[in-house]
Amino acid sequence: MNALSTYFRDVFRGVSTALIGMKITARHIFTRSVTIQYPFVKLTLPERSRNRLYVNMDDCIGCDQCAKACPVDCIKIETIKSTESDNLGVTSTGQKKKLHVPIFDIDIAKCCYCGLCVYPCPTECIMMTDVYEFSEFNRYNLIYNYSTMTPSEVETARAKLKIAEAEAAEKKAAAAFLAAQVKIAQPTPTQPPISPTT
Amino acid sequence: MEQFLIEIFGDGVLINILMAALPLLFILPYALVTIYLEMKIAAHIQDRVAYMVTGWHGVLQPFADILKLLQKEDITPAAANKILFNIAPFLVFVGTYASFAVLPFSSHYAGSNLDLGLLYIVAVSALVVIGLLMAGWASNNKWSLFGAMRSAAQIISYEIPTAFVILTIVMIVGSMNLQKVTEMQSGGIGNWFIFGGPFILSKKLLLIPLMIVLFVIQYVASMAEVNRTPFDIPEAESELVQGYNTEYSGMKFALFYLAEYANLFVVSALTVVLFFGGWSSPFGDFLSGPFWNAFWFVTKGMVFVSVNIWLRWTLPRLRVDQLMYISWKVLTPFAIFCMIAVGFILVW
Repeated sequence: MNALSTYFRDVFRGVSTALIGMKITARHIFTRSVTIQYPFVKLTLPERSRNRLYVNMDDCIGCDQCAKACPVDCIKIETIKSTESDNLGVTSTGQKKKLHVPIFDIDIAKCCYCGLCVYPCPTECIMMTDVYEFSEFNRYNLIYNYSTMTPSEVETARAKLKIAEAEAAEKKAAAAFLAAQVKIAQPTPTQPPISPTT
Repeated sequence: MEQFLIEIFGDGVLINILMAALPLLFILPYALVTIYLEMKIAAHIQDRVAYMVTGWHGVLQPFADILKLLQKEDITPAAANKILFNIAPFLVFVGTYASFAVLPFSSHYAGSNLDLGLLYIVAVSALVVIGLLMAGWASNNKWSLFGAMRSAAQIISYEIPTAFVILTIVMIVGSMNLQKVTEMQSGGIGNWFIFGGPFILSKKLLLIPLMIVLFVIQYVASMAEVNRTPFDIPEAESELVQGYNTEYSGMKFALFYLAEYANLFVVSALTVVLFFGGWSSPFGDFLSGPFWNAFWFVTKGMVFVSVNIWLRWTLPRLRVDQLMYISWKVLTPFAIFCMIAVGFILVW
């Protein structure tokens, strides 16, 4: 008798719970759906969200700190020293720019969006933007070249540096020669050395 | 309907082909609508929206799906039994399609006005099992075979309660002709068998609870026969990777799909014929021409198709032992009890 009543209770429970389930799903048919039609409707991202990197080259001083901070080495920076005749201007934070930056490449395919490159930047020129739709058909298109210098500009900067370096080397050599001459002229070892300028 | 076609095309082979092809005119648009309906209901039950981009609210998506299936490569696995593998989907579809022959779409149209209509439906729907078993076996894949075995076990077991329910209705009507079953229920919503049929009030009141139980049995069993959740154990995407479907691709897969949806309509239509007055209008003579009859039949069928979809996205899948428990220990004894009770009421 007990087994029979259990049987009937189970059957009743089976049917009634199925009906309860149907009631719940029926209610959900008429509740508003939560879907966001993504390409047409976009959620606004939180203020500090980290997505595509952007570099404001006007402010970059080529200090290489972001490249050093990057855990996946996706930033590649090359610099050329400026000569005295160059005036590269100042950054928006008032720092004097002393280096040409012919190469500032970010391989965004490698980027892990950690944001570690953002903090060391002394001029706050590298930043995370809220752009997240930048897929490409060719992987090499994901290497972003931020440098604003044209090849001819790079060429002239290099040449100038070479000349400046040569001049500096000449000067140095002349100075060394002069010093050597002075040394030969006054070879007394007991006397302290006198700099040639005095 | 047949007379009308004979008048247009003359008597001959053509007329038979036409009559045989008529249900296809219904199945194809019906399948498109049901695919759309299924996805939309599923999505809304889960608070999603489903297709939105292809056409207005994604109405063109079923066409896109079919187009995609047409383009797919037709693969026959190297290890498969090629003949059986290729016959199986057609056999499944033929089994389902054959059931349409006796469905009384309207007072003036049923593919074949068989006197053994109900028996024919029970018999022919068993052909589907052979097709599924064939597909599972020929795929030469243990999961497919599992699926096919389960499917066979399931469909065969659930045919028994269905048969008892059908027998009960046959007892009431005194005929297996689906048109006769429908005609007995015509004349308004009160004459439908779910509401006790065309009897005197005292008999009706006794019959109604039994009829409701019989209807539930028939509906649950029909759901199992079309292999849909909560009885989709043969397919069981998560454990058997679609069972007998696994190795199929392209149009052969589409044919299985089409057969499943067509079968869904057959069982829903059977429920409608047995309990909800078939093609007869719920308002008696109001709105009940031959065309209105077809309208009512399809509408009622679609309601039950929708309920089936609704249930599919409500209930989780049963275990195999639970499946057998429900069939043999719940549905069958209840069906036998109801059959005997209805018999006593009828002779009383």
